[in-house]
Amino acid sequence: MSAAEQPADGARRTFLRQCLAGAAGAAVCGVGLTALRGGAKSSSFRWQIDPAVCTQCGRCATECVLAISAVKCVHNFAMCGYCNLCFGYFESQAPRLDSGGENQLCPTGAIRRRFVEEPYFEYTIDEELCTGCGRCVKNCTAFGNGSLHLQVRHDLCLNCEECAIARGCPVSAFRRVPAANPYLPKGREDGRT
Amino acid sequence: MRPPFTFRRAAAAALLKAPLALARERFPKPDLSNDYATPVSAWPGAVPVWVDWLDMGLLAGALAAAAWLALRRRSRTGLLMLSLACLAYFGFWRGGCLCPVGSFQAVTEGLFCGVALPLPTVVFFVLPLLAALLFGRVFCAAVCPLGVLQDLVAVRPQRLAPTLSAALQVIPVVLLALGVLLAATQTAYLACRFDPLVPLLRLTGTAGGVTMGAAMLLLGVFLARPLCRFLCPYGVLLRGLSRLSWRHVTITPDTCVQCHLCASSCPFEAIAAPSPERPAEPVRTGIRRLGWLVLAVPALVAGFALLFTFLAPALARLHGDVRLSEQLRREAVNGAPATVESIAFRASSRTPEELHDAAQKRRLALRRGGLWAGAFVGLVLACRLIGASVHRQRRDYEPDRGRCLSCGRCFRYCPKEQLRLRQRAEP
Repeated sequence: MSAAEQPADGARRTFLRQCLAGAAGAAVCGVGLTALRGGAKSSSFRWQIDPAVCTQCGRCATECVLAISAVKCVHNFAMCGYCNLCFGYFESQAPRLDSGGENQLCPTGAIRRRFVEEPYFEYTIDEELCTGCGRCVKNCTAFGNGSLHLQVRHDLCLNCEECAIARGCPVSAFRRVPAANPYLPKGREDGRT
Repeated sequence: MRPPFTFRRAAAAALLKAPLALARERFPKPDLSNDYATPVSAWPGAVPVWVDWLDMGLLAGALAAAAWLALRRRSRTGLLMLSLACLAYFGFWRGGCLCPVGSFQAVTEGLFCGVALPLPTVVFFVLPLLAALLFGRVFCAAVCPLGVLQDLVAVRPQRLAPTLSAALQVIPVVLLALGVLLAATQTAYLACRFDPLVPLLRLTGTAGGVTMGAAMLLLGVFLARPLCRFLCPYGVLLRGLSRLSWRHVTITPDTCVQCHLCASSCPFEAIAAPSPERPAEPVRTGIRRLGWLVLAVPALVAGFALLFTFLAPALARLHGDVRLSEQLRREAVNGAPATVESIAFRASSRTPEELHDAAQKRRLALRRGGLWAGAFVGLVLACRLIGASVHRQRRDYEPDRGRCLSCGRCFRYCPKEQLRLRQRAEP
């Protein structure tokens, strides 16, 4: 290559590079804009369980990336029957209907039973203890009013891009909901908290 | 639009709702005395929209600060401070999600499947790429929490043989193609599922995940940033764009005096030495090389396309439907014991035929997509081969724009930089 050719060659290379760079920038912006065509949401999403689909298989307690799952049992008191014999609280063969450990269904004793008035009892969940195994939910749904249900707690959830529980859920009960309103509580059809 | 009201519809709706209504009335809520206050459920963790804007703003700010620190201020200390801040916020505080490295999969899904994407996902994908196009890989230098974590432990970096290094750099291309393929078919988010460092950022995870993370960090002590250089799929995009960057970090603030003091300062082997005079080679050698390249390009493209097609059934197994379909077949043929999935499936309204169809469709889609993904890998490798066989005249020590992470380690090795610093200190 002679000395006279060199500047022209350099200029050509620069021009080509600038063209390529412009095309690449346009491509990046184009990809971003096209990806948004499915519906741009100014708010991000959170994972949540649809209680209408959930079968309480127990995966929520084991699949979550957290050591103790971000899924907890929550109680819709408006649906609760305040039963003395609560199917979510007692083992099926419970010797006595009291708070003895051998009578309780919950493996961690996370449900608190409190006397309200004869013959009604109130059941509240201690979320510190709840592991999200869903055993109480399963029984309450099968034999009771279904007031107990599982929900992802968003003060604990890390909001993984690919939720490990959603991946392991056998019935695809997990879906993404707007972050500003991230719960699908039972008994409210519009999903508002 | 509301469907028009008809008696048949109303009757159907009433029938559908009847079991639900019955279920609710199984044990009607009692009339409790007035002193009883119903407990109120807490619904914590709703995220206001401004948090998303804060994230996007912080990312943009961090990228701008990294570019200023690397290109203008030329401060390794500044970059280190910024990277610690980014590690704290994007890494430990946000738990590693959302990160640009994984966002390419969500963007792919939005692109191919029309899935509604949140704005932050797209912004997190686009901003570092645009920054790379303008200023080089400043995102890798100080903003990416995964990269920064490795950067901090790289204290005894060893050099790799150039051929080994080049061979290992094929892996990110393969992972990018696989990640796009799997996200476009909505099979899996490969990068998120097998990210070894994210359990360390979250300070929790499975035993396997944490062990992998620890092993990766240990490896990072002797091999600088192994994840960034030999695994990161997003890095392939950054690398490509950084090569075309408008401005880029320079080793020397002035003109290179070719003292080669900087040559061994880069733990990523991203500094290219001046090339010797072009050796005169006989025409035959050139023709033979061209012949080999002409043969290699289609061979690579076809080879990888075929390889990916063969991999399709194995890749499909990353999706639950395909695993479940195989499980149902095993149960039907070999009498394998039922799993949680198969029990839940039998209780659902889907039929096995539907499932087998869906699984077969997914395998086909992966096979078809695999052709394109494999061809892409082959093409990138072919381009790299061509790039390697082209002789580039280089007079000075320069950062390789593709591989340079703009970390700024080389600055202080340059005598001209020392001179500049001294002049700045003495007004």
